[in-house]
Amino acid sequence: MGHSRKLVVAGLAVAALTLSACGSGSTDAPKVAAKPSLEAGTTMAKISAAGKMKVGTKFDQPGFGLKGLDGKLTGFDVEVAKIIGGAMGIDAANIEWVESPSKLREELIEKGNVDLVAATYTINDKRKKRITFAGPYYVAGQQLMVKTDNTKIKGPADLKANPDQKVCSVTGSTPAEQVKPYLANPGQLVLFDVYDKCANALRTGQVQVVTTDNVILLGFVSKSDKKFKLVGEQFTKEPYGIGIKKGDVKFCEFINKTLKDNSAAYLKAWADTAGKVEGAAPAALPPAAPCV
Amino acid sequence: MDAITQNLDLFWNGFLRSLTICLWGGVGSLVLGTFIATCRVAPVAPLRTFGTAWVTVIRNCPLSVLLFMFAFGLPEIGINAEYYYFGLAALIIYTSAFVCEGLRAGINSVSAGQAEAARAIGLTFTQTLTQIVLPQAFRTSIPPVGSVIIAMFKNSAVVGAFGVGLDLYSVGESLTSAQGFAALPVLTGVAIGYLMITLPAGVGLGVLERKVAIAR
Repeated sequence: MGHSRKLVVAGLAVAALTLSACGSGSTDAPKVAAKPSLEAGTTMAKISAAGKMKVGTKFDQPGFGLKGLDGKLTGFDVEVAKIIGGAMGIDAANIEWVESPSKLREELIEKGNVDLVAATYTINDKRKKRITFAGPYYVAGQQLMVKTDNTKIKGPADLKANPDQKVCSVTGSTPAEQVKPYLANPGQLVLFDVYDKCANALRTGQVQVVTTDNVILLGFVSKSDKKFKLVGEQFTKEPYGIGIKKGDVKFCEFINKTLKDNSAAYLKAWADTAGKVEGAAPAALPPAAPCV
Repeated sequence: MDAITQNLDLFWNGFLRSLTICLWGGVGSLVLGTFIATCRVAPVAPLRTFGTAWVTVIRNCPLSVLLFMFAFGLPEIGINAEYYYFGLAALIIYTSAFVCEGLRAGINSVSAGQAEAARAIGLTFTQTLTQIVLPQAFRTSIPPVGSVIIAMFKNSAVVGAFGVGLDLYSVGESLTSAQGFAALPVLTGVAIGYLMITLPAGVGLGVLERKVAIAR
């Protein structure tokens, strides 16, 4: 544990150096409030006074939170977190990134290991029992990806009629749960730990369909040299929220207000990251859900 | 504990799936392991070389590497099958090398005089092996081979990460990440499931060992 922590810190130091080397002075960086006026005693005031913030994000999700070989984190979630940090006077260099795989996110928040989590975190009722969500800051939708020459599957409704068409998704993800009602039997679903393996299995013919949020699939389609395509409508709505400690309504409202006030930075963050993928729908900040 | 009680059906199905994998894996690796052990003591040199090579390569290869080769390597060269069969095949092949060595220890424990006596009364190599040597070898091999099989039961959890799915471990993963249950109670449930397979297996082996023990 101590060792990996050191590695993370070292990575952060490198990231901070690269960031400050090329990012300083440019108008691209999310703006950092010089003297934010924050209500005393709130989470925002505490973070602002500490001068640093801990953010949980994914390190392996292209377009949203991806740690490159240079140790630098890129992605939409990362940029959104920087906007929120900026509103509290936290410079990007003073954000400590904590890797938050799907199964650990609630625990990291509950234990206070992170101040907030932005990690393609779908808002749902089960998770709401343990934490509070600010946002949504993006609404993705689940779709199906097949090989270009596949004529059997035209949408989720065709899955039940073709039990030989295996569907791949990621273990423990919301898309894996939500595709289940469309399947002929549970054995039709193949699960891996990352979507890369699903895309590989689709290429080699081990599975015929890959399903998850459209933005992630579009990334694979654009890299596939026209071998993959998306079919059917988006059959779910996946509102991505910012996870914070349960019941911290003031912090939640602050995040919602910050995102609303920084719409230009928000749109730019989208265009620079996940929005780069061909065919990705233009982002517009969805209306915030009430904070509870 | 809500995490377990609310999802008892999921755990139960995962348990059955894991049990099926363990049983087929056990049967398969015992059969294959016995065959390889026979090769290693055969009077035919190419068979001995094959047996030795098999054990040397398979025993020194990590299980996850074997699984990778089956699940992602074979489809690359045009061999497609359900991940379930890929996983099972890798598990059986991996375990067979260890079963073979455990069994060979048993074969070596049968004194040379037995085989010589069998040959003296005119039995062929196959008859000597199947009627004289192996029955005695199996009895002595029960503790080491039993340990190998129990280790295989636990290794079967790794298969879940290679697309097999629906097994105990995958159930645990899905409950903790998508449905937001706390990890500790869920994993406790998973551990109990595996103990429900391995503990009776251990007891069964103890009974078997006492039942067939040879007084020397």
